[in-house]
Amino acid sequence: MTVVATLVPLQAVAFAVVALGAPVVVLTRDPLRQALVNSVYGVSLVCLFVVLEAPDPALSMLVVSGIGYPLVILTAIARVRGERRRAKEAADD
Amino acid sequence: MTRRVRIALLTPALLWLGGLFAWAIAGLPGFGDYRGPYGYVLNRVVVPLRHTTNVVMGTTFDVRGIDTMGEEFILFAAVLGVTLLLRDESGSKEVERHTRRLRSDAVRLMGVLMVGGGLLVGLWLVAFGYVTPGGGFQGGVVVSGAILLLYVVGNHRDYRPFRDEHVLDPLEGLGAGGYVMVGLAALASGTAFLTNLFGSGKSGTLLSGGSIGVLNWTSAFAVTAAMLLLFAHFLETYVVPLEPEDAAA
Amino acid sequence: MSYLPYAVAAWVCVVGLAGIATSRNLIHLAICLMVTQSSSYVLLLSVGYVTHGKAPIFKETKLGTTAVDPVVQALTLTDIVVSVAVIALILALALDAHRLSGTVDPDGVADISG
Repeated sequence: MTVVATLVPLQAVAFAVVALGAPVVVLTRDPLRQALVNSVYGVSLVCLFVVLEAPDPALSMLVVSGIGYPLVILTAIARVRGERRRAKEAADD
Repeated sequence: MTRRVRIALLTPALLWLGGLFAWAIAGLPGFGDYRGPYGYVLNRVVVPLRHTTNVVMGTTFDVRGIDTMGEEFILFAAVLGVTLLLRDESGSKEVERHTRRLRSDAVRLMGVLMVGGGLLVGLWLVAFGYVTPGGGFQGGVVVSGAILLLYVVGNHRDYRPFRDEHVLDPLEGLGAGGYVMVGLAALASGTAFLTNLFGSGKSGTLLSGGSIGVLNWTSAFAVTAAMLLLFAHFLETYVVPLEPEDAAA
Repeated sequence: MSYLPYAVAAWVCVVGLAGIATSRNLIHLAICLMVTQSSSYVLLLSVGYVTHGKAPIFKETKLGTTAVDPVVQALTLTDIVVSVAVIALILALALDAHRLSGTVDPDGVADISG
């Protein structure tokens, strides 16, 4: 069975968007903004997985980048800021 | 080592890694030229054998069921690690010092509507996981997200029952242990570990796949409880409003 | 052109590693680790793709049509959900380091004793 290994333009665009999104996530230095950028990068990964005919990983990535990652990142940031605020209040007293 | 030394060492190392990747990629077959027989065999064999139309779920819970058991125990161990690390051992008795109330009625209305909708969608994803795309892992995270919306929409007293460790710990144990129990039941009946014991029903309905359905539900319980436990431990004693602060970390 | 998917996976991995090594904040480091993990998912799904293959769900499609590899999809979907818990563990370590040393800078945390 001869299989021609080619890349449909839609898939090439999806790969290119993912390749452009990764440096953007890394270069965003503030964790709070980076959490949002990471969720957008997750959506671009979902589009890539759908174009690669993989609906189950696409569902996983959608759900996790919408609920899972913001959950842990935002609570970690909130806790760091809370501890800093407490330390500052204790130092002011 | 200082930061400057680290970055100076990083650039040639990453270039060398990139070269290794390029050499590895040159040896791969082109994109789309799939050579291995395992994929073709599974696509032809799983549906007649197990009557699950979602071959990926059939692979996850039946053909490669032992790998999924390993993944569930990674989840379990990671949640255990988070529990041990974030245990409040400083002895501070400041329970819920700062509270935050949601002031916008529109957000509260949308949240209330979405709790029911999200719960239904999550349960549907779990229940029909082996017929159409979905499954215990995805549906478990959606169900836990719907429950977390209660925290966003209501105040922390409404959410308190879902933070109770006496409920979440047994639920997670039921999920992880239930998986092993199904495997051990197969062992006790004389066949290999995690053999599909129950009969495969009619293809395309809920009563198909045998033990795949049971394992689907146990992993959904485990994932839901794990997400809720993670949130409960991270949010230990107080809630602080998140306003955009100084940009420096 | 047919090696673009693997090149994208390698590029994302290298970018994530560079972000980890040059990070000034432990939470930023955890998110860069997520980017590196996503490169492995891209590589797995690219290896399993069959030209003109459909998704391996046979509810509407007839049995026997060419479908993509289901094994790599099974690996990827469980891995994505489990990575949330692993990142949570890393963030818990970061919180612990912050509690002990007062900073989330990886270079500043190095002076903890005990």
